[in-house]
Amino acid sequence: MPLGIEYESAAPTMKRGPKETEDGARRLSRRALLLGTAQLGIIAALGARMASLQVDQADEFRMLAEENRINMGLIPPARGLIYDINGVVLADNAQHYTITMTREGAGDVDEILARLNRLVALDPERLEKAREELGARSPFVPVTVAERVSWQDVARVNVNAPALPGVVAELGRSRIYPQGLDMAHVVGYVGPVSDFDLSRIDDRDPLLQIPRFQIGKTMVENRLERDLRGSAGTKRVEVNAAGRVMRELDRVEGTPGADVQLTVDARLQNYIQARLSGESAAAIVIDVTNGDIKGIGSAPSFDPNVFVQGISVALWDELNERGVDASLHRRPLAAKTVQGTYPPGSTFKMVTALAALEDGAIGPDETVRCVGHLDVSDVRFHCWKRSGHGNMNLNESLKQSCDVYYYEVSQRVGIDKIAAMGRKLGLGERHDLPMSAIRTGIMPDKAWKREARGEDWRIGDTVNASIGQGYVLTSPLQLAVMTARIATGRAVKPRLVRSIDGVDEPSGAGESLGLNENNLRRVRGAMYDVSNHPRGTGYRTRIATEEFRIAGKTGTSQVRRITQAERDAGVTRNEDLPWNRRDHALFVAFAPADNPKYAIAVVVEHGGGGSTAAAPIARDVMLQALYEGTPPLSAYPSAARGQIADQQRRLNDLIRDIQPGRTTDEA
Amino acid sequence: MSYLEYQIKHVPVGFRKLLYVNWPVVFLVTAVSGFGFLMLYSVAGGSMDPWVNPQIQRFGLGVGVMLGMAMVPIWFWRNMAVVGYSLALALLVLVEFIGVERNGSQRWLDLGPMDLQPSELMKITLIMLLAAYYDWLPLNKVSKPQWIIVPLLFIAAPAYLVLGQPDLGTTILLVSGGGAIMFLAGVHWAYFATVIAGAVGLVTAVLQSRGTGWQMLKDYQYRRIDTFIDPTQDPLGAGYHITQAKIALGSGGWTGRGFMQGTQSRLNFLPEKHTDFIFTTLAEEFGFIGAFGLLILYTLIIIFCVQSAVTNKDRFASLVTMGVAVTFFLFFAVNMAMVMGLAPVVGVPLPLVSYGGSAMLVLMVAFGLVQSAHVHKPR
Repeated sequence: MPLGIEYESAAPTMKRGPKETEDGARRLSRRALLLGTAQLGIIAALGARMASLQVDQADEFRMLAEENRINMGLIPPARGLIYDINGVVLADNAQHYTITMTREGAGDVDEILARLNRLVALDPERLEKAREELGARSPFVPVTVAERVSWQDVARVNVNAPALPGVVAELGRSRIYPQGLDMAHVVGYVGPVSDFDLSRIDDRDPLLQIPRFQIGKTMVENRLERDLRGSAGTKRVEVNAAGRVMRELDRVEGTPGADVQLTVDARLQNYIQARLSGESAAAIVIDVTNGDIKGIGSAPSFDPNVFVQGISVALWDELNERGVDASLHRRPLAAKTVQGTYPPGSTFKMVTALAALEDGAIGPDETVRCVGHLDVSDVRFHCWKRSGHGNMNLNESLKQSCDVYYYEVSQRVGIDKIAAMGRKLGLGERHDLPMSAIRTGIMPDKAWKREARGEDWRIGDTVNASIGQGYVLTSPLQLAVMTARIATGRAVKPRLVRSIDGVDEPSGAGESLGLNENNLRRVRGAMYDVSNHPRGTGYRTRIATEEFRIAGKTGTSQVRRITQAERDAGVTRNEDLPWNRRDHALFVAFAPADNPKYAIAVVVEHGGGGSTAAAPIARDVMLQALYEGTPPLSAYPSAARGQIADQQRRLNDLIRDIQPGRTTDEA
Repeated sequence: MSYLEYQIKHVPVGFRKLLYVNWPVVFLVTAVSGFGFLMLYSVAGGSMDPWVNPQIQRFGLGVGVMLGMAMVPIWFWRNMAVVGYSLALALLVLVEFIGVERNGSQRWLDLGPMDLQPSELMKITLIMLLAAYYDWLPLNKVSKPQWIIVPLLFIAAPAYLVLGQPDLGTTILLVSGGGAIMFLAGVHWAYFATVIAGAVGLVTAVLQSRGTGWQMLKDYQYRRIDTFIDPTQDPLGAGYHITQAKIALGSGGWTGRGFMQGTQSRLNFLPEKHTDFIFTTLAEEFGFIGAFGLLILYTLIIIFCVQSAVTNKDRFASLVTMGVAVTFFLFFAVNMAMVMGLAPVVGVPLPLVSYGGSAMLVLMVAFGLVQSAHVHKPR
């Protein structure tokens, strides 16, 4: 072997005689020439093939390349529809005509656009965009010049086709939201895929490369994008020199997106949005038996349809409240049910009460004396009732929403146990619904404060937290889940999607929380008294129908402490404060009280008192849910009936007649 | 031919060696590469970036390497054969473990600034090893079975590793190149007849094995075979490349559409238009005259190599030169046959024209061996 052979000492050929060397060389040369000849033969074959393709069949191929260029295109699949629980369509696909144009086909872009403009009135803004895009994209990419074109215009373009090379009227699909602003905060909306989207998401679906392909931008449309989108089909078309499609050669259909059914009831949702209109508020109704979200409204809202084709700058500014004083912002784009977090105020008292009862820190009948305030390490904490409530037990303290009772009790239990109870009831937890930017809120405890604030927990923090102030922040969704869990004693899990492509999602009924049933019954009983005892804070908003009695809890949470200076200047009432500093009004409830079906949470931003601003809304929505439509006046206490009748008449204009089935048809 | 004999027979020394370089081959190689620069400039849409600049740099480096190697006596390279082969084999094994995966095949070693493809290195070192082996082996033993087994193992080991990467194109080049050297060395006809018969049998077996538990090729390779036989059955997928390549070629006609005027390549109908399918762009833009011209240039390179080999009395030098010529031939013949729809799409670049650092450098090293053999030819 050659390794190690030193050429001075043992050159291999030295072993061979001259004859052998000659023989070897001759044979090698012979075979080399043979091989060379074979190669030449193959090269000749290659040359012949070249000549055959490039000379003999040149015309044929050149025609294939030029006159009848084969284009390959993607067929966008039909996006899955979104239905409500009764089969009412929440997101639909409408067909519409689009006029597109290729630079290659048009030749003189400006001239063709001018001709087109004489036939069809084009939106100047859109036209400018299209002109820009035509310059920037490859010459053969079709660029949309006009969207949602009428049939007359399409006909006009087709008749004048010879004068409009490169211009094609195409049938397209576009998303529409028949429920308008009702579902904006639940279903969300789609929009044309942007470079920002492409950079943000890791998705190699070729569909995303289609210019202006619509993808889900927010909420269900966004979170269930993969299910809703489907997969692309392909088609091969012959196009002529001008880029006009001559005929379709073949097509492979894609898979349409999966249909999605939500748990939401479009009619209840419609009522909620109508009832909330004018306020900056959120309301959410959960079916406690399975966690289904029947209604989840946020006001003010917006029409998602304006986003589908790309929103105008002016409207975008308006929705973002540009130019509006920050203190008056009502955030129409925010789904306050999951994206807004508020101090829960007195609606948190059930958590403190249950923590204390479970811990044994206080007996159900043990009393605490309320003198209107409690001094805790040199700081005076006031009860909302300055004159004091007197002796309070659990039932009375909840019913009358006495603060001092909770100041006292919370110190006995300690914040960590209160926080543990809060988390057990779903506070401080990010309930994963297919919605966007869901907030976790804050369920503070000692460890949290050390980590988040770098400070030690102080006893005053516990006192503040006991009545849902201080660091505690909850979303309306969390409050509704908390109420559902108190009403059932089970870990109810909210559910927004009923089924995807006909496959049911798991129920959210949940396992038992393992709480003492007696303690739960006492808290529920106190909530019943809040709404049904003459001294209860929610008595005025009770339900009169015997079998639909409501059990609730009011809450009024301070946005900001009223300063001593303001107090001195005579500001003591909410109405005297600017809107953005008024208290948030809250109300949570479940009904029927003896056999709970629905839990509800209502937050009215800066609405003032929970009993006056939030409780009436909650009661009305609850009745609407229980009666599955407009309730009879007899369901209301007699004193309220006149006012309710007025309100029902007023809301009638906002309530639409919603029937199951599609409102638009694929032609 | 011994070292002493070389000395006696007036092997040029020092800078006089430059006079004995096979200059026609240098000029031809430069001309082909120049064609490559033009095409890379065209497919980049009339830009030196991203392909032309690095390609020119590598070519410059390659010319330096080629001439440098030409200055080193051919017997030095013969003595390097086993070391080189062992190194290449070791790197191939290494790729199995720490190779970088791209497009589903694991062929590269990440060396920081550049990637190394050991299978490219193997193409040369295998030729060198086989040439050295037959230089060493007495002629009367060449056709003895036990002396046939050894070179077969030399070929089989890297071929097996490369096939597993998977890289069918390189495997074919290794096996055919190795077989060619055995043929040149004078192995008896009967062996080749047997192997060809066996290969036919194997192909039958491979095709028969499809869909069974012992399926021998990857699904994509079967699809390529299907597509080769009938490209129209999958016009959107596998057959698409070939159909579009043929349209590009055919539409070039006699004189082509003109430099930078090819629509097929410009419209992205063609994949890998800067690597494996670059010939289609050339044929479309320069027509039959350009494509045939390139074929002539390649043929001249082969002819000059064969001429150098048959007039060289040094057995190793002769075998290496022929080995390089055959490998080079296989490169462009397989690539051209592939894009013209005569062979399956196996992923072989067009030598000296396709964009790619490893391939370019390895070819220049190969021509360095040819030059060394030519310069140190006993005269």
